[in-house]
Amino acid sequence: MKPKKARIEKHHIEDFIGRTYMSFCVALLIIIIVSMVYFVASKGISTFIGGDVTVSDFLFGTKWSPEGDTPSFGAFPFIAGSFLVTLLAALIASPLSLCAALFMTEIVPGWGKKLLQPVIELLAGIPSVVYGFIGLSVIVPFLRNTLPGQGIGVAAGALVLAVMILPTITSVAADALASLPQNLKESSFALGATRWQTISRVIIPTTFPAIMTGIVLGMARAFGEALAVQMVIGNAPFIPRSLFESASTLTSVITLGMGNTTMGSAHNNALWSMALVLMLMTFVFVFLVRLLERRNKI
Amino acid sequence: MKPRTVDKIATSVIVFFALFIVAILVGLLGYILFRGLSHVSWDFLTSAPQKIRAGGGVGPQLFNSIFLLVLTLIITVPLGLGAGIFMAEYARPGKLTGFIRLIVEVLSSFPSIVVGLFGLLLIVNYFNLGFSLISGALALTVFNLPLMVRITEQAFRSVPNQQKEAGFALGLSKWKIVTSVLLPVALPTIITGTILSAGRVFGEAAALMFTAGMSSPRLDFTNWNPLSPSSPLNPFRPAETLAVHIWKINSEGLAPDAAQIAAGASAVLVLTVLIFNLAARYFGRLIYRKLTASKSMD
Repeated sequence: MKPKKARIEKHHIEDFIGRTYMSFCVALLIIIIVSMVYFVASKGISTFIGGDVTVSDFLFGTKWSPEGDTPSFGAFPFIAGSFLVTLLAALIASPLSLCAALFMTEIVPGWGKKLLQPVIELLAGIPSVVYGFIGLSVIVPFLRNTLPGQGIGVAAGALVLAVMILPTITSVAADALASLPQNLKESSFALGATRWQTISRVIIPTTFPAIMTGIVLGMARAFGEALAVQMVIGNAPFIPRSLFESASTLTSVITLGMGNTTMGSAHNNALWSMALVLMLMTFVFVFLVRLLERRNKI
Repeated sequence: MKPRTVDKIATSVIVFFALFIVAILVGLLGYILFRGLSHVSWDFLTSAPQKIRAGGGVGPQLFNSIFLLVLTLIITVPLGLGAGIFMAEYARPGKLTGFIRLIVEVLSSFPSIVVGLFGLLLIVNYFNLGFSLISGALALTVFNLPLMVRITEQAFRSVPNQQKEAGFALGLSKWKIVTSVLLPVALPTIITGTILSAGRVFGEAAALMFTAGMSSPRLDFTNWNPLSPSSPLNPFRPAETLAVHIWKINSEGLAPDAAQIAAGASAVLVLTVLIFNLAARYFGRLIYRKLTASKSMD
C-alpha cells in the first residue's frame, strides 16, 4: 500500500507554472499601458511646467513658430487640421460603408458577402505608406488637374483616409446588420413594406448605435493615422481656408518634427504635448465606443 | 413617388456604391501591381539602395522587414497566448477582468505613431538600446500584443464547451486541458489570426521610424556572426524596413528613379500582404484537417 500523503504531483507543478506564466503576461500588459501613459504624459506636460506656454496658448494659439526669435507654440492649426480631415473622411466613408454592409447582408446575402468580405479584408491589409504613395501619385495629380490649388491639401488627405477607414466601418456595420433578429425584418415585410422601407425604418434605426460604433472606430483610426496623411496634406502650419489648401495634422507635425529636434528643447517638448493630445483623444474615442456599446445592449 | 420606385432607386444606389468599393480595390491593386511590378526584378530585390544615382534596390530593407517580423512574432506570440488564454479560461467576471479588457481595447486603439514615440522614449533612450532592430521589435510588440490577445481569446472561446467538460470528466488538470484539449482545436484560428496580424506588422512604418531607425548600415551578407556590427543578424543595428523606406524616398528621396523605386517597393509590400492573406486561409484549413478528424472547417 502506498502511504496516503499529499504529494506534489507533476501536474500540480505544471498547473503552477502555467498560472504564473499567464499572470506574468497579464501583468506585462498592465505595465505597458501604465508606463506608456506615464512617460508620454510626463513628457507632454513638460511644455507647460516652468515655461511661458500655458495650456490655452497651446490648445488655442494659432501661431506656430517654434524656432522664431519669440517662439510661440500655438497648436490649434494642427488640432483643427486633425479634426477636419477626420470628420471629412468619416463623412465620405460612412455612406459608402453602410451601402457595402447593406449589400452584403440585405441585398444579396449570398454572393454579396463572398465578394465583399475579401475586398474589405484586403483594403484593411494594405499598409498605410502604400495608401500615402497612391494618394501622392494618383489623387494629388487628379485634384491638381481638375480643381483649383496644388492638389495636396485637406481634400487629398480626407480622401486617402476615407479609403483607409472604409473597411473598419463596413465590417462593424455588417456584423451589426447580420446579428439583427430575423423576425424584425419579417414582420416589416409582412406589413407590406418594401425592402428600402424596411432598411430605412427598421434596420438602420435598430442598428444605429452599432453603426455609430463603427464610425467612431474609423474616426479613431483616421485621427491617429500619420504617414499617409503627412504625405498628401502639404504640411503648412496654418488653418486652411479652403479644402484644397495645404494644412497639417497633429500626426504629420510629429512625424516631420521629431527627427529634426533635440530631446528636451522647447520645440521637441511641444511635439510631445501633441502626442499627449493624441493619447487623450484615443481615450475619448474608446469612451465613446463603450458608451455606444452600452446603448446597443438595451 | 411610389414606394416601389423609391425601393428600386435605393437598391440601385446601394449596389452602385458597393460595386464602387470593389472597383476602388481593383483599381488600387491594379495600379500598384501594374506600375510597380515592371520595376521589380531579382536585382531590385537583392541590391542595396543608391542615394543619388538611379538603379538602387531594396535588398537590405526587405531583409530587415522579414527579420523584424520574425523577431516580433517570437516575442509577441507567447505573450499574447498567455494573456489570451488567461482572459478566455481563467479570468472570472469582475472588476479586474473588466479593467484588463479595457487595457487591451485602449492599447489596440493607440495610434501607431504614439506607440513609436513611447518606444523612442522608453526603449531607445531610457533602456539605451538605440535605433535598433530589437527596439523596433519591442515597439511592434506593444503594437501587436493586444491583437494577439484578442485572437487567442476568441479562438479559445469558440471551442465547444463539451470538449472541456470531457477533459474535466477524465480528471485532467486545468492546465492540461488548456494545452492538450483546447489548444489543438483553437490553433487553426490562432494561426490564421497571427498570419493576418503579421501582414499588418510587415507594413507598419509609423511605429518604426523612431525605434528601428531610418537608416540601414552597410550589410555584409556573408557575415553571419550576430555580434558583428555589419552582420545582417545583429539585432542591435539600426534597420530601415521596406515600409519606412517607401515613406523616406517619397519625402526626401534624391535618386532620379525614386518614384519607380517607391512603386516597386509598394508592389512588393502589397504582394507580401496578399500572400499573407492567402496563406492564412490555407494554413488554417490545413492544420485543422491535421489536428482534427474532420474534413473541412466549421
